[in-house]
Amino acid sequence: MAEPVLVLEGVTKSYGAEVVTEVLKGIDLRLDRGEFAALVGPSGSGKSTLLNLLGLLDRPTKGRIVVAGEDTATLDDAGLTRLRGRTLGFVFQFHHLLPGLSAAENVMMPMIAAEGRTSREMIPRARELLERVGLGEKVDARPNALSGGQQQRVAIARALALGPPLVLADEPTGNLDTGTADQIFGVMREFNEELGVAFLIVTHDPRLAKRCDRTIELVDGRVVSDERRGRASG
Amino acid sequence: MPISWFLALRFFREGRLQSVLIVAGVSVGVAVMVFLSALIDGLQSSLIAQTLGTQAHIVVRRPDEAARPLRDSDASVAVAARVERVAQRSRSIIRWQQAVEELTAMRAVTAVSPTVTGPAVASRGNASRAVVLQGVEPQRFAEIYPVRARMIAGRFAPDGSSCVIGKELSEDLGVGVGDRVRLASVEGAGEVYTVAGVFDLGNREVNRRWVVVTTRGAQTLLDLVGGVTSIDLRVREIFAADAVASDITARTGLVADSWMKTNAQLLVALRSQSQSSQMIQFFVIVAVAMGIASVLVVSVVQKGKEIGILRAMGTTRRSVLWVFLIQGAIVGLLGSVIGTALGAGLGALFASAVKNADGSPTFPVTVSLALVARSGGVALLTGVLAAALPARRAARLDPAVAIRNG
Repeated sequence: MAEPVLVLEGVTKSYGAEVVTEVLKGIDLRLDRGEFAALVGPSGSGKSTLLNLLGLLDRPTKGRIVVAGEDTATLDDAGLTRLRGRTLGFVFQFHHLLPGLSAAENVMMPMIAAEGRTSREMIPRARELLERVGLGEKVDARPNALSGGQQQRVAIARALALGPPLVLADEPTGNLDTGTADQIFGVMREFNEELGVAFLIVTHDPRLAKRCDRTIELVDGRVVSDERRGRASG
Repeated sequence: MPISWFLALRFFREGRLQSVLIVAGVSVGVAVMVFLSALIDGLQSSLIAQTLGTQAHIVVRRPDEAARPLRDSDASVAVAARVERVAQRSRSIIRWQQAVEELTAMRAVTAVSPTVTGPAVASRGNASRAVVLQGVEPQRFAEIYPVRARMIAGRFAPDGSSCVIGKELSEDLGVGVGDRVRLASVEGAGEVYTVAGVFDLGNREVNRRWVVVTTRGAQTLLDLVGGVTSIDLRVREIFAADAVASDITARTGLVADSWMKTNAQLLVALRSQSQSSQMIQFFVIVAVAMGIASVLVVSVVQKGKEIGILRAMGTTRRSVLWVFLIQGAIVGLLGSVIGTALGAGLGALFASAVKNADGSPTFPVTVSLALVARSGGVALLTGVLAAALPARRAARLDPAVAIRNG
């Protein structure tokens, strides 16, 4: 049996003190190393809330979240920050690159954050990742000088900087045209297949979801379907 | 490079116009501070120098006769035990040689000049003027007053038959170097002296009244053979003169008046001048701090999303806090370097532009190392303190909210 990178047990999340809104209503979920899964659902179904919890940016109201074997309830803020840095990579809908930094520096950012300082050894690693996403020529370019697809590829390289076992991607192709979206999808698939990195991709695009190995559907704060299929062609 | 430094430098470089503007603002503030302090320091020290150009730092004299009965040092023998109210005439300090020795030995004292001083009349032909005779040892006198540098004619070389007089007196009597002048005490004893030199100590009254002769000459004229009436002192620390004077009184029983006591009004004026300058500087610092703080607050709001991403990528709250504190420090430091140069340059320009007739600057500007260090330190501290509020705000940003709303 594969090793789980992420386990959720009875996770709920409510907001508000007087009028309590329960956004997530008891989620049980398990994601194994090397999985390539899509998280789909209509807007308002709680996808973003769930992603924030998985990304350790927020804590559940009830239930347990175990990331890479560590129970997050036992960790304080600094502990969560460390765990997040070590085990999770993020790709957002909007690339969220830092405009003041070059492509390579953006890719190095998680390493710098983890080490607490810059170091020379980070440069070849950043270069290698950028080459992998096909941007070997753009190492020194500022994000503003890159196209939308290129920016998103830098963001993926950054998500993988520390070699995390799991990457969370929030609508990574949301504002890209179909052709570019396919390229981005391909890049992620490559990392998944070659390095065994697990991906959880939130998407509205059913075409994209179908190309993942597993589709988890969220409606009204509950998992209504969890469908696995054989490895689809990238 | 630590992460906070790395990010602070990148943010600083990225916000080009903002960075330039705020550094310029801080520079102007620091320049005002440096220029103002330099100007006031310069003005004050020149004013003090001018005042002390014609005054000894401390004048030691014998206690007024009626004030206390004088006793011999072995206490049992009364030398002048009868206390009577007498008119204060010129009388010698008792055992002044010993006092001079004692004063010379004091660490705080740099120069000692025993002086025989008293009223006299200077005359030439029909013209006569009331003057103050200063009987001195020329070498010692020159250590107290900058008279050698202030000679406008002849040399400062009073001897048995020649005297040195001030500019105004020389004009009043119409005498120059080599001319003869008769000096007479009010009792009538008189002697003819040759004028060896004319000085200008920058004080009209002194130039008009002082006639410098040798100790012996004055002793003879004033009928004080073997005695001196006062001892002029120069001290190492001019603002310690008061304390030194009290010390001297305690040690010798003589009266010691410091320049600070005789110029109390001047000191009050200088003090209030310093206070108003400090007040202005304080408000400049407040304005600079608010400028830095407001720019950084805007920057935190602008960078909310980026801070959220940084936090999501594992940057600690502490690092985020330091990113902004360091930016404040960079702004403060750069501003202080540029501002100090600007202020010093402005001071030099000002000093060279406005000059007195003799070529000395009307507004002497003194930029001391201490002043530079102080302004730099204040600007740096102001930068960091001003950044504290925005930095805390940045550190407290909730990454999830920041990313969603950004």
